[in-house]
Amino acid sequence: MSTRTRPSYPLSGLAIVLFGVVFLVPFAFILLTASKTQQESALLDFSWPDRWAFVENLQAVIEARDYLLIVAFINSTILTVASVSVVVILAAMAAFVLQRRRSRLTRAANLIILSGLVLPPAVVPTIWVLQKIGLFKTMPGLILVEIAYAMAFCVLLFQAFIAGIPKEMDEAATIDGAGPLSLFFRVVFPLLRPIVVTVVVVQTVFIWNDFTSPLYFLPGDENATVQLTLFNFQGQYTNSYNLLFMDILLVTVPPLIMFMIFQRQIVSGMIAGSVKG
Amino acid sequence: MGVVTATVAGAPATTVPEPARRKSPYPYWFVVPGGLIFTIFFLVPSVMAFWFSLTRWTLFDQEFIGLDNYVQFFREPALSSGLWHTLVYAVTTSGLKVVLGMALAVLLTGPILGRGFMRSVAFFPVLVSTIGVGLTFQVLMHPTRGVINQTLELAGVTGPAWLVDPDWALLSVAFVDVWQGIGLATVIYMAGILSIPGEYFEAAKVDGAGAWHRFRNITLPLAKPATVSVILLSLIGGLRKFDLIWAMTKGGPGFTSDVMASVVYKQYQAGFYGLSTAGNVVLFLLVILIALPLFWFFNRKDES
Repeated sequence: MSTRTRPSYPLSGLAIVLFGVVFLVPFAFILLTASKTQQESALLDFSWPDRWAFVENLQAVIEARDYLLIVAFINSTILTVASVSVVVILAAMAAFVLQRRRSRLTRAANLIILSGLVLPPAVVPTIWVLQKIGLFKTMPGLILVEIAYAMAFCVLLFQAFIAGIPKEMDEAATIDGAGPLSLFFRVVFPLLRPIVVTVVVVQTVFIWNDFTSPLYFLPGDENATVQLTLFNFQGQYTNSYNLLFMDILLVTVPPLIMFMIFQRQIVSGMIAGSVKG
Repeated sequence: MGVVTATVAGAPATTVPEPARRKSPYPYWFVVPGGLIFTIFFLVPSVMAFWFSLTRWTLFDQEFIGLDNYVQFFREPALSSGLWHTLVYAVTTSGLKVVLGMALAVLLTGPILGRGFMRSVAFFPVLVSTIGVGLTFQVLMHPTRGVINQTLELAGVTGPAWLVDPDWALLSVAFVDVWQGIGLATVIYMAGILSIPGEYFEAAKVDGAGAWHRFRNITLPLAKPATVSVILLSLIGGLRKFDLIWAMTKGGPGFTSDVMASVVYKQYQAGFYGLSTAGNVVLFLLVILIALPLFWFFNRKDES
């Protein structure tokens, strides 16, 4: 509240310890268990490993089931990169027009977009749609579904940002002879950079972590994404907790890297997204 | 509004040469590619769900059976209890996120050191794979050997059996949900509290208001938009939750932690597509029934 008061040292110390225990111990547990031998990990203790088996575990997890984890990482990367890059461009284009043209039509569109943010998707009918167009159990099918699910959130964030770009800018470019496409891609889109970074980072984390959509729309081992592989590992390694936690650790690393680089964008993006919703 | 824009757009057309002005620099076709994907893969299935929920539906054919799926849904306790569990789950997680999120935000905006560290630490779980969090806590919550109950034992408390106790399973998952999501609630509240002008607090202090009074009469009312966001976000998220519950209990033991989303998945797996879609429609209506009045209620109060 008022930052002018002198910080209270005992309160700070207590709070830091509390936050550490509650939020960091589970991650330390993941790291420590991933470094233990199988017997030791089965004790489920929160303790320092007697013998560090980090490298062996890493190797075992990667080699498991014909390098399935590598395949899963590649699949998840394709899914995330393709969905995010398409949704960012399509959502920015749609948001530009929806924000600039205020009519009954665009207001109706905004209401529908809001529904996309709130309503749970109808999964089995989506499978029916995918089957009709021959994209069920295919990566392109899943990518299209992820784009559809991310669309509402992205359009709303872009609209809010575009509202802050003066319309005179568009007019100047139009008078200079720019058509709609070059107006958007040469003039407006470069100005969206900050919000594009936010949307890209937030959606990358969302789609990377998505479990439900791949479970329904892309089942099967050859197409496994990291979240599905992680979930299936639990059934296979009922007693090899060291390997299970090594897998959890590996799946957690990409978001951790994103967080360390883009913390500010992620936090602001999620606040903005939630306030709009 | 529509009339106003029409006249504004129409006025310059008389002064500026016709062909140059006729085409809008904001063509509607910009909306088409994104709108098409959204329509085909979100809107069409949502609308079709109402029809499919009235059919006995397998991969190959469908037969209209009226409301039978809904009747079956509400008759079988294993299915209809999911509705109640969904409500309990959403209200518990949402309530805890509001209270704890506010408490942590007040702490982190107060006179304290290391707030950047604490904010990061609390926020990071939001970004971690929900499946990873679920599996980790499944181990931490082991009834006898788990770290949580071992720690409680040191304090002389016998912890519950968490996920394997029918009375605790749903709540246990809800607690983990709160652990994972509290960081988002906290940063939303922090943004809300930091947007309150500092003079208000100083003026109140000069007038002799204590910390509780300042919280009760300044922070709480002025952070209302943040509270609205946290409630709506966590309530809607809680009603739709699937991945965490599926990773931790698969709806068990028995059906004691089955929610709508897991019922929908189980019926789909069992091949009862019509029944699964009926469950989806029920969830759909539940979200509308809860979210719409809240939207309306909060918006109306904002205007006055």
